[in-house]
Amino acid sequence: MSVKHTVRLTVNQKPYEKLVEARTTLADFLRNELELTGTHLGCEHGVCGACTVLLNGDAVRSCLLLAVQANGAEISTVEGLAQGEELHPLQKAFQDQHALQCGFCTPGFLMTAVAFLKSTPKPTDAEAREAISGNICRCTGYQPIVQAILQAAREGAVEQKRNFSAG
Amino acid sequence: MKPAPFEYFSPDEIDDALELLSRHGEDGKILAGGQSLMPLMNLRLARPRVIVDINRLAALDYISPGAGGELTIGALTRQRSLEQSTVVKDRNPLLAATMPLIGHFQIRNRGTIGGSLAHADPAAELPAVSLALDVEFVVKSAVGERRIPAREFFLGYMTTAIEPTELLTEIRVPGWRPGSRWAIEEVARRRGDFAIVGVVVLLQLSGAGLCEKARLALFGVGDHPVRISRGEEILIGNRPESNIFKEVAKAVAEELDPTSDVHASQEYRKEVGAFLTRKALQTAMARTGEAASQ
Repeated sequence: MSVKHTVRLTVNQKPYEKLVEARTTLADFLRNELELTGTHLGCEHGVCGACTVLLNGDAVRSCLLLAVQANGAEISTVEGLAQGEELHPLQKAFQDQHALQCGFCTPGFLMTAVAFLKSTPKPTDAEAREAISGNICRCTGYQPIVQAILQAAREGAVEQKRNFSAG
Repeated sequence: MKPAPFEYFSPDEIDDALELLSRHGEDGKILAGGQSLMPLMNLRLARPRVIVDINRLAALDYISPGAGGELTIGALTRQRSLEQSTVVKDRNPLLAATMPLIGHFQIRNRGTIGGSLAHADPAAELPAVSLALDVEFVVKSAVGERRIPAREFFLGYMTTAIEPTELLTEIRVPGWRPGSRWAIEEVARRRGDFAIVGVVVLLQLSGAGLCEKARLALFGVGDHPVRISRGEEILIGNRPESNIFKEVAKAVAEELDPTSDVHASQEYRKEVGAFLTRKALQTAMARTGEAASQ
């Protein structure tokens, strides 16, 4: 039963290769094999959203995916958001709006919001709420998180305008 | 590592998958989107000895419109693809409206239409919608192929007519009759949760406005989704309006035999089922000009 499978993938554009059992979830693979512990595990059955990562650009629960299934995929995790010391605009917005307290759920919210703002750059309040409905936070009461996403969207829109006028 | 150990296969070809299923029979479990099976395995409520991962069967990921308005959908098509498909939106507004009700967008990015139907959670939306739409299921095994009408598909609690050696490959949705009235209503504790009770209504009207065909399917009310035949019979031949809706709701309350569980009591489910039926019928009849294009 201890047959191991080779998993080759990139995480935040960096290539990795490991030999793991088929039953290793992607979440455990990231945390235990690659020591990328930014991805958190809450419920481990797909309810809380803490383990959300991007699989080839799509937000998915990494606890509901086997590492072998991600063979050949591009994974993005919370560790890939900041550029050195410079926070990603969404992280900055979370800081500005006090959208985290204990921070446990934050990686999942950030990766969910990254994917959401990519497909919906100018969301309404209702759309932002719907987008995070699959992530659970026990500290904030969600209001600051919604505000942070809307702030990031506003700033993203400003950047786009700049790009347009520059072009 | 949460799941118990298993032997893992991820075939690239449908025939290889079928061969694996026939070899492993009851021991084999098909892994599609994994949004139901993986939680069960993580909690060790399911301990399959063999996993046949069908995610590499790209040939099962398609939405193809037929000449008569019908849709044939590959079993591995992601729920998110169906949600974003303009073909689905144009051809089948009920199916299109159902997709956003399933889980959350992260779940729909992985979850497949075939996986949800084969898993047959009694509180899931797609099984009830498949009953209302009279879809046909295509299942294959190493020895051949057969088609199962929705009405004969859901047998019991998370149990379908699919044999252990068979793979659900295609969902065939009949052409949408222009002018059909439809609604899907559900009550859930939180958005994205499984429904406590849900109702799907699909009506076809004659030129004179009488109901010619009616489908009334409920979910979350027993061990599998059910059609309420008596309610459908009351609608047929009548003008769908509030006095008839009341009668249909009464029939629903009488015919339903839901179980009590941690989420809701039997009485509550009956009452909500009857109420939602009326609401769904009203919503359906209030819709105008939303006919699917041909």
